[in-house]
Amino acid sequence: MLDGSKTETLLEVNNIEVIYNHVILVLKGVSLKVAKGGITALLGGNGAGKSTTLKAVSNLLHSERGEVTKGSIIYRGDHIAGLDPADMVKRGVIQVMEGRHCFEHLTVEENLMTGAYTRSDGRGAVAADLEKVYAYFPRLRERRTSQAGYTSGGEQQMVAIGRAMMAKPETILLDEPSMGLAPQLVEEIFGIVKSLNEQEGVSFLLAEQNTNVALRFAHYGYILESGRVVMDGPAAELRENPDVKEFYLGMSDEGRKSFRDVRSYRRRKRWLS
Amino acid sequence: MPEQFLFAMEVILNGLMAGVLYALVALGFVLIFKASGIFNYAQGVMALFAALTLVGIMDGQIPFSHIINAIFGTELHHFGWHVPALLAIILTAGVMVVFAWLVQRYIFRHLVNQEPIILFMATIGLAYFLEGVGDLMWGSDIKKLDVGLPQGINDWIDVTTFEAFGYGFFIDNLDISATIVAVFLVAALIMFSQYTKQGRALRAVADDHQAALSVGISLNFIWVLVWSIAGFVALVAGIMWGAKSGVQFSLSLIALKALPVLMLGGFTSIPGAIVGGLIIGVGEKLFEFLIGPMVGGATENWFAYVLALLFLVFRPQGLFGEKIIERV
Ligand SMILES: Nc1ncnc2c1ncn2[C@@H]1O[C@H](COP(=O)(O)OP(=O)(O)O)[C@@H](O)[C@H]1O
Ligand SMILES: [Mg+2]
Repeated sequence: MLDGSKTETLLEVNNIEVIYNHVILVLKGVSLKVAKGGITALLGGNGAGKSTTLKAVSNLLHSERGEVTKGSIIYRGDHIAGLDPADMVKRGVIQVMEGRHCFEHLTVEENLMTGAYTRSDGRGAVAADLEKVYAYFPRLRERRTSQAGYTSGGEQQMVAIGRAMMAKPETILLDEPSMGLAPQLVEEIFGIVKSLNEQEGVSFLLAEQNTNVALRFAHYGYILESGRVVMDGPAAELRENPDVKEFYLGMSDEGRKSFRDVRSYRRRKRWLS
Repeated sequence: MPEQFLFAMEVILNGLMAGVLYALVALGFVLIFKASGIFNYAQGVMALFAALTLVGIMDGQIPFSHIINAIFGTELHHFGWHVPALLAIILTAGVMVVFAWLVQRYIFRHLVNQEPIILFMATIGLAYFLEGVGDLMWGSDIKKLDVGLPQGINDWIDVTTFEAFGYGFFIDNLDISATIVAVFLVAALIMFSQYTKQGRALRAVADDHQAALSVGISLNFIWVLVWSIAGFVALVAGIMWGAKSGVQFSLSLIALKALPVLMLGGFTSIPGAIVGGLIIGVGEKLFEFLIGPMVGGATENWFAYVLALLFLVFRPQGLFGEKIIERV
């Protein structure tokens, strides 16, 4: 288990503000840290700003007319504003986007190989990593010649993660891997994320709406609401926090609440900012 | 064998050869459209410009000599050397790469995320601009282009078919070499896109820009690559057409013939562009041969467009338009 005080910080997001289209202020001062070798969860409802935060780090924001207007993002001691996504991938940071974004008309294997686009360490090393990805995702080996567009949602999520692994990353920014998947598949995917973390030493910044699963697998968590971090702490503590239990894990005395109920009720609560 | 049938055979063969050119131009469209969603109206002018540049380089013409002479009162026209065809083709291909880079750097980089209609308008502007630049650089007179491809009726085919059927087929050597070159070009393109890293990246970009960015593929680089390839395809089409009917403005109009080809083949399908080109080539020659005499001829002018119209009504995605995969 990771001990916050001793581990090295890989990524540091300091009080960033993000604006889309020059007018829409989406992040209003988000700060977080990602520890080397850890799984850090970024939690919060739909529209909270999780994806925006990840894209600010991977620098995919530019292509969506988004801009970091305040604060700084530091990876391994370097300011990374102004780099392009390819530079980030070369530095070991790759994003797995929400909704998987497989290349539909490419085969599963071709999809995986695109992950190695920026690498220059030779065919042999890439081939070895392809084998490794197949070892973690045996299902992908079976489907390697299928067009990705015709594989199931779970398989596409595996393709997306496997493709990121092909870049030999140090940190994966993983956006909503559980989205639209059956609970059993969600467990399977998170199980693999955990072993990639433990065996391959890949650090994760994981955006999730599924707080329950995310907090079981993560080491540390941040909760985001309307573009602000409203709470953070070790995952085990967040899991036991009564507010988190009530609002995000849907466990109150009256039983499980629908998400909408929880949210409108929540607005009256105080730990807003 | 009945006379009529042999005539028709000859017509079909000639149609296939004409179709190869349509297919080449359509291919240029498909490449750019697939990778960037831009419908490149300038594809035909690119063929003209490439052919003009090739002739200019081969003849050792001094580019922009008209302007230079007008400003400085000089009488410059030629460097006084001749460049061998192969070297000139390589140099022209280089010019098309520079052109691709300029187009990406100064036009489309500033239009990222714009509506398709805006991108289309930009290519219309580009077409007229390039036409003007071509005129200024190389002059607007009709030029002969001879890169050393065999010309004239193929005697061997004539004699052989005469001996076999009692009727000799007239097939132009130029058409035969155009077909061979086109086949090699298409094969090379397919090999490139299927089996190389950049080819795979190109297909990835065509599928999903965002995802391509996320794995570190540079869209700018891929788009320059695609425009370069389209420029090279335009060069090959320009050579073929120019060798046949001289390098002149009408060359850029072959682009208009590519439109019905695209409607038949689908805007995103490489096999579609090829098969569509061949169908239009054969179709218009055969139609002219069979039906033309009954309606007073000149059907080649409109046949392709009417066929395309029928396709638009009954099968808008074309013969090979990519199926949109809908499965989540
Ligand atoms: N490209 C964009 N342009 C404008 N607004 C956007 C864009 N992407 C996201 N937003 C807005 O930013 C807010 C946060 O979105 P997002 O980061 O996707 O949240 P989450 O991933 O937590 O659901 C939302 O209100 C959303 O509407
Ligand atoms: Mg999101």
